[in-house]
This record gives sequence, C-alpha cells and structure tokens, in this order.
Amino acid sequence: MEPRPRSFYLLAAFFGLFLLFLYGPTITIAILSFQGPQGGLTFPMNGTSVYWFKDLFEQQAVGDIWGSFRRSFALGFMVMVTTVVVSVMGGLAFRSRFPGSGLLFYLIITSLVIPSILISLGVGLMFSQSGMKVHWATSGYGSQLTWTLPFGLLIMFAVFNRFDKSYEEAARDLGATPWQTIRHVVLPIIGPSLIGVALFGFTLSYDEFARTLLTAGSYNTLPLEIYGMTTNVTTPVLYALGTLTTVFSFLMIGVFLLLVTLTARRKAKAGSDAGKGMV
Amino acid sequence: MPKSLKSLLMVSPLAAVMLVFLVLPIVMIAIVSFWRATEFSIIPAFSFENYEFLFGSPVTYKVFLNTFKYALITWAFTLAIGFTVAYFLAFHVRSQNMQIVLFLLCTIPFWTSNIIRMISWIPFLGRNGIANSALLSMGVIDQPVEWLLFSDFAVILAFVHLYTLFMVVPIFNTMMRIDRSLIEAARDAGASGPQILWNVIVPLTKPGIMIGTIFVVTLVMGDFITVRIMSGSQSANVGRLISNDIALLQYPSAAATAVILLITVLMVIGILLRFVDIRKEL
Repeated sequence: MEPRPRSFYLLAAFFGLFLLFLYGPTITIAILSFQGPQGGLTFPMNGTSVYWFKDLFEQQAVGDIWGSFRRSFALGFMVMVTTVVVSVMGGLAFRSRFPGSGLLFYLIITSLVIPSILISLGVGLMFSQSGMKVHWATSGYGSQLTWTLPFGLLIMFAVFNRFDKSYEEAARDLGATPWQTIRHVVLPIIGPSLIGVALFGFTLSYDEFARTLLTAGSYNTLPLEIYGMTTNVTTPVLYALGTLTTVFSFLMIGVFLLLVTLTARRKAKAGSDAGKGMV
Repeated sequence: MPKSLKSLLMVSPLAAVMLVFLVLPIVMIAIVSFWRATEFSIIPAFSFENYEFLFGSPVTYKVFLNTFKYALITWAFTLAIGFTVAYFLAFHVRSQNMQIVLFLLCTIPFWTSNIIRMISWIPFLGRNGIANSALLSMGVIDQPVEWLLFSDFAVILAFVHLYTLFMVVPIFNTMMRIDRSLIEAARDAGASGPQILWNVIVPLTKPGIMIGTIFVVTLVMGDFITVRIMSGSQSANVGRLISNDIALLQYPSAAATAVILLITVLMVIGILLRFVDIRKEL
C-alpha cells in the first residue's frame, strides 16, 4: 500500500472531532443520569446512584411514560409494516409508467419536504372540522405515513434502479406466473433492503414529534410525553429517560442487525450458485 | 389485465395516503386561512383579515428574516462539515468494511430522540456547564459566558448537530458513484490535489450537495421545537409563529402563516431543483 498522505491524518482527525461532537452530549447526559438524589442538571456530580431511574419507574409523577411508550411502540410497528408493504407495491408500480406517475412522484417529493407542522395542523383541522376525533392510531398514523412512505419509496427506487431484470425474465421463461416471480425471485433479492425500509419506518415513526403534535389526540406518544417533560421537569429524571430511550434504540438496531445476519446466513446455507458461472 | 391498470392498482394505497393526509390537509389549511376566529371558536367566513394582519405586521418580516438566517448559517456549516466527512469516508478510507463501520458510527446517534439530543446540550452549554468550566480552567475567560445556551448560537449548534447527517448521506452516496479513473486521469494530466477536488470531485458531487441542501433547508425552515428549546423561547422562526398561534387556538391565523411558509419552502425547493434532476439521481 502506498503511504497515507498528510491530508489523510488531517481528515481523520476532523472525522474524530465530528464523532465527538455527535456523541459528546448524549454521553454527558448518560453520565449525569446517574446523579445522586441531590444532584442537579449539570456537573459536578453529586454522588452516584440509580435514584432517577427508580424515580422514572416508581412514581409516575411526571406523566404516563409507560403508556406513551406502549403507544409509540404499537404505532411504530403499524407504520413500519404499512411502510414496507406500500413502498414495495409502489416501487414495483413505478417501474413502468402509468397515468399520473409524474404527478404522484412530485406529490411524494412534496410530502418529504413539506414542514411537518403543516401536516399536523392540516390533518388536525380536517379531522376536527369534519367531526372526527383525532387519535394516534388514525390521524396520527396517517400523518406519520406521509413522512415514512416517501423515505421507503425512495429507497425502493434506488433498489429497483439497480435490480437486474434478467432474473425476472429468466423466471418468466421458466413459466413462473407474475406473482410467483415476485414471491420467489424479486422479494428474496430485495429482502435485505426491506429490513432497511422497516428500520427507517419504525424509527422515523417512533421519534416523530411534529407530525403527531395535533394528531395524536388525548393519548400522548413518547416524543410528545418527552416534550411535555422538557417544559415542566427540571430534574435528572429527564436524563434518565433519555438514557433509557437511547438504550432502547440500541436494542432495536441490534435486533435488526441480527435479522440481517440471520437472513444472510440462511441465504448462504441455501447454497445459491448464482453468479458463480459454469466454470 | 393491462399493465398500466395493474400498476395503478398497486400504487393506489400510496396515492390514497397522499391524497387524504397530504393534499386534503393542505387544501384544508388554505381554506381555514381565510376564516375568522374569536377567542372561543373559528368561524367559516371568507376574509383576508389573517393575511392583512400577517403582511401588516413588522414581526412577520423579522421572523421570516430570522428563519432564512437560521437556514443559511446552518446550511453553510452542515455543508462544510458534511462534505469533509463524506470526502474522508469516500476517498480516504480504503476498505469497504471500514467505510460501512465508520458510516454506521455516524448514524447511531440519529436513532436517539431529537428532543433528547437537544436537551443533552444543556449540561454542556449552561452557565455551569462543561464548556464554561473548561474555558475558565484554561484561562480563556474569567467569567462564565452567558450566550452559549438559550441563544442563536445554541439554536444553530443544535441544528448542525441534528442535521449534518442529512448532508453526509447524499454527498457520500454520489461520491461513491464517481468513477475513480476520472481522478486518476486528472492526476496523470498533472492536476494537483486541490485542483482535482475543485475541478473534478466538487462538480461531480453537486447532485448530492443539492439533495442534502434540500433536506437541511426544509428541515430548518419548518422547525419550531429546536428553536423553542435551544433559544429558551427568546428567538422565533416561522415554525414557532405557527405553533404559538396553535397553542392560542388561533387556527386561521396559524393557517395563513402556514400557507406563506409553504409557498416560501416550495419556491426555495423549486430553485434548488433547477440544479438537479432528483429522479436521475436515485
């Protein structure tokens, strides 16, 4: 290997600083969440304890954290499943031009760039003026889809742009029906990217604040609950909650990574000779 | 079944969601922006009152100017940092596995709640925060600096912290697709490092830069929560104007502001899209 130029070390140092910038604050509150009972929101540490975590679990004085967590989790799951299914169908459809495809494409781009609070306001007004009740599972769910579907669809566009169509032609030549082609050829090939879409769908929903602000109704989702806490809670219990949600996110990433490795391994076991040629 | 009909059927759930939760709400906002409100209810009556008030108030112009200021400064920082990081990952990290690992490292904080990441700046920037004590002990300052937290500085810092990744991803993506032989050719033709960077890499990375710009600018322009938390309610942008009206149940007035914000954002996007064909870049 040729020796690294000096610019490499400069850039590597810059990258290191960037990582520090990204992680620094999160690590700080992780440490501060272990403050003693008398500790405040800043350093110095006033003893160490798990007092604030206990506070979070026991008192429930700060609101309905566990209820909101359950709702956020359920909603994230609903949004995730819908995003995967609808994005795949949309991605397949967009491979051929259909009447209105250009218009729909621009709607999707609009959906991606429109300020979240406008969706929240608009959906909230629509529901209230037509006499329907806003609820996280109806209006909240729909509002979040306007954010997760464009992401899912853009990923599907990228996937299908790189998709080798000759696999499908081969399947067709062997007499597969269109559904069989999708089920046994297309889906297994795009499978790993679907896990990516699912992960995107879940986390975008799980963390979405602005789009659920006016559309969640009387039962808060977790980001709304956290937002409420920032305005009226001034103890490290807030940091404890932050640390817990971070740990939960790590767990979710872990689960998805495990899924990816498992599917990859199962595929390797199935022993495909694709791409190995005849020689 | 004809092919286009099948496509239409498959795309119908997507179209339905867009219609019900994007188009209709925007129409609703546009309608309500012409309504009137009392303290207790909103009245369906056609009037230009909200817009007259909006355009007649100096606050509006100040707040819009502030919104552009946030967007521009945040854009400059996220672009500079994002480009450098993407450049390092794409051109200086040699093994693909290492690239993936470093890239994942950058994305992990992204999975933590935005609000939590915002408030994690408080112990950093506060009067007795880490930044102040570090500066004090180094002797740079002899009194805690007050403007670190609850200021425009804090707002922009949080924006850069939250949104730089939206710049890194598309730029990195386009950089990875640059044919390496072009760079070799430039080097063979005698171009220096900076010349290659400026005349080869930057022009070829433009689509990624544009997509990242669209993300950052729209996220910052529509934001209301970062500005509220990080400025300690001392600064305002258009998003906050809207959310304040909502909090006061002044929906027609919020809707009018929202219409203007929407038009502004779409105009900015329209200008940016002239530089790049998104469909070709996917």
